[in-house]
Amino acid sequence: MKYIKFLIAGIVFGIILSKSEAISWYRIYEMFKFQSFHMYGIIGSAVVVGIGFVQLIKKTNLKNTDGNSIEFTPKKSGKYRNIIGGMLFGFGWALAGACPGPFFVLLGSGVFPILIVILGALIGVFTYHATKSKLPH
Amino acid sequence: MEFLLQPWAWYVSGPLIALVMFTMFYFGKRLGISSNLESLCAIGGAGKFNNFFKFDWRKNKWNLAFMIGLIIGGFLSSNYLSNTKSVAISEQTKIELNDLGFKNAGDTYMPTEIFTAKNLNLKTVSILLIAGFLVGFGARYAGGCTSGHAIVGLSMLELPSLISVIGFFIGGLTMTWFIYPIIFG
Repeated sequence: MKYIKFLIAGIVFGIILSKSEAISWYRIYEMFKFQSFHMYGIIGSAVVVGIGFVQLIKKTNLKNTDGNSIEFTPKKSGKYRNIIGGMLFGFGWALAGACPGPFFVLLGSGVFPILIVILGALIGVFTYHATKSKLPH
Repeated sequence: MEFLLQPWAWYVSGPLIALVMFTMFYFGKRLGISSNLESLCAIGGAGKFNNFFKFDWRKNKWNLAFMIGLIIGGFLSSNYLSNTKSVAISEQTKIELNDLGFKNAGDTYMPTEIFTAKNLNLKTVSILLIAGFLVGFGARYAGGCTSGHAIVGLSMLELPSLISVIGFFIGGLTMTWFIYPIIFG
């Protein structure tokens, strides 16, 4: 039962991604061709409001549901990993017309060929961890 | 009810996405989808081949619950919360895609040329598999995907996330402007 709130949050997020058309292959193509403001509006307004939320949490020292302070731990960074990894991700994002969140929303929408993309993603994740000691980070 | 069934405007959707991020922080977690792919590898037995995947995926059950929620959300949205299957993309996009061989662009969420089972062939399966591979490999190399870097990382004003997002766009723009005409032209 302690996972039900995360399940519900996922359902809500899935509905938002679907109803905003952010899961549509066409919207991703259109975004990369600068032919509509739609996707930039979604990401931009999410980040602007998100910055406000993060500042609000910090200013009010809001506690999470476990009663602890909310920590903003930075992700691991490096000279190369963000830019190279990011570019590879970008190639895939544009080619699939979807990123990991929408993969699962599309699966629920009945777009079953997305399973091939998910399989590819799992192979990609496996390959990254199998080769990461040789990659520049 | 009518406003729910229509496509949602960006200025409604974007702030709602931020609200989900806030809710996850309130629940003590950081929103991020692509780490689920590592958990799925671990569940699938990848630990037999690589020690990294021997981590205890059970501690990520919260995120797997979120991921299952995404599937349910997609099902509910497409079956009960939509009064149209079409996407209102720009006319210019439709014309361009028609030239690239995508007919009826925008009539559905996904192009039937790639995303319907009956049109799967060596070429389309290769495209889907390679696209997925790049997303998975790139996301974990960069340490996150659109949710973890573009939404959460940028909201936290993290420089590595900004660099990652710049990388996402360099890759995406290169693919769309220069590689699409080769693959589909």
